[in-house]
Amino acid sequence: MKGGEEREQERLLQDQAMENAVGILLRTGVLVAGAITFLGGMLYLARHGGEHFSYEIFRGEPADLRSPRGILAGLPSLQARSLIQFGLLVLIATPVLRVLLSVAAFARERDLLYVGITIIVLTILALSLFGVVP
Amino acid sequence: MTVLVLSGLILLGGVCAGLIGSLSGLGGGVVIVPLLTLVFGVDIRYAIGASLVSVIATSSGAAAAYVREGFTNVRAGMFLEVATTAGALSAAAIAGLVPATAIAVIFGLVLVSTVFVSLRGAEVVPEEEHADRLATRLRLNGSYPERPGRITRYFVQHVPGGFSLMFLAGVLSGLLGIGSGALKVVAMDMVMRMPLKVSTTTSNFMIGVTAAASAGVYLHRGYIDPGLAMPVMLGVLVGSLVGARILPRVHTRYLRIIFEVVVFVLGVEMIFNGLTGRIGG
Repeated sequence: MKGGEEREQERLLQDQAMENAVGILLRTGVLVAGAITFLGGMLYLARHGGEHFSYEIFRGEPADLRSPRGILAGLPSLQARSLIQFGLLVLIATPVLRVLLSVAAFARERDLLYVGITIIVLTILALSLFGVVP
Repeated sequence: MTVLVLSGLILLGGVCAGLIGSLSGLGGGVVIVPLLTLVFGVDIRYAIGASLVSVIATSSGAAAAYVREGFTNVRAGMFLEVATTAGALSAAAIAGLVPATAIAVIFGLVLVSTVFVSLRGAEVVPEEEHADRLATRLRLNGSYPERPGRITRYFVQHVPGGFSLMFLAGVLSGLLGIGSGALKVVAMDMVMRMPLKVSTTTSNFMIGVTAAASAGVYLHRGYIDPGLAMPVMLGVLVGSLVGARILPRVHTRYLRIIFEVVVFVLGVEMIFNGLTGRIGG
């Protein structure tokens, strides 16, 4: 019985180390995303702040602001809206990276059941992010 | 209204939502969509896109602070995320077919029930002494520091029931652009009999991943407008960070009551405006 408790304790410590790494990743992701979005926002307001605009009618975004590939393609021209959208994309990617990190962490603990479970979650996220679901 | 003025006002609204959300513990996500649609007249699809993004920001920011305390059940969180992400993805996939008026009404109903869940308060659920077979196979049982120096073990129960409720939480998150934190806590605390502290932190941990599952779909569908999402996300982020910092020095009881009244009124207004076709009509 004592062996079981020790193993339990060890697992708890490993989980704790993993959570610390995850905490750092989440914080960094949010800060980087916030900084990029802020920069893009300043640029956007400096260029378009005086224009009139409302969101009352839904038009949908243009194609280059709809997909990771389109957003990345718009970056070199320093379009303000592309830059903001890139910041938001980093934000959406942060939890996805967290799940990816969990796959590695469970693999290191040789917890195959949870490697499998985490890969299912990762697959669902990838379906969404890469636009497989219409 | 010029873009500058509109962005400034929306930023201010986002700060308030983030502040109240983190102080009351109800999350700021539930008030973003009503605020944008009812006050600023924003189309509900743009509002949902902006709200989802801000939900990811607050969840990740708060989770980063929580994980250090060692309450989060990583395995339970990951296992249940299968349900929430599947629910969120399916809801986002069919959201385009659901009329905006129906979304407004469902939103209002969720707001009103959030208040009832909040009024119920933290009921003390008797701890289970026996391990459930499925929970043991899935290694969901855990332990947490109840007080400094006192580690308490707990046994997770009713896995299928909790899993189903999590799917529903994911559906609501994907359909309405909210975090569904209240429902996630109910699923873990009331149904799966996990300690409240573990349930709340694990729920916060899951919200970002759940929201990311529908945010991708909404991005591809053109619901996420950078000009709108920028002030919302930055405002909510600043508000929730400030809220977390001043939390120990604030009397949250009265604040919670005020917030419950606000959420209730917004809920009734969403239902009314949805039924009369003023939203999405």
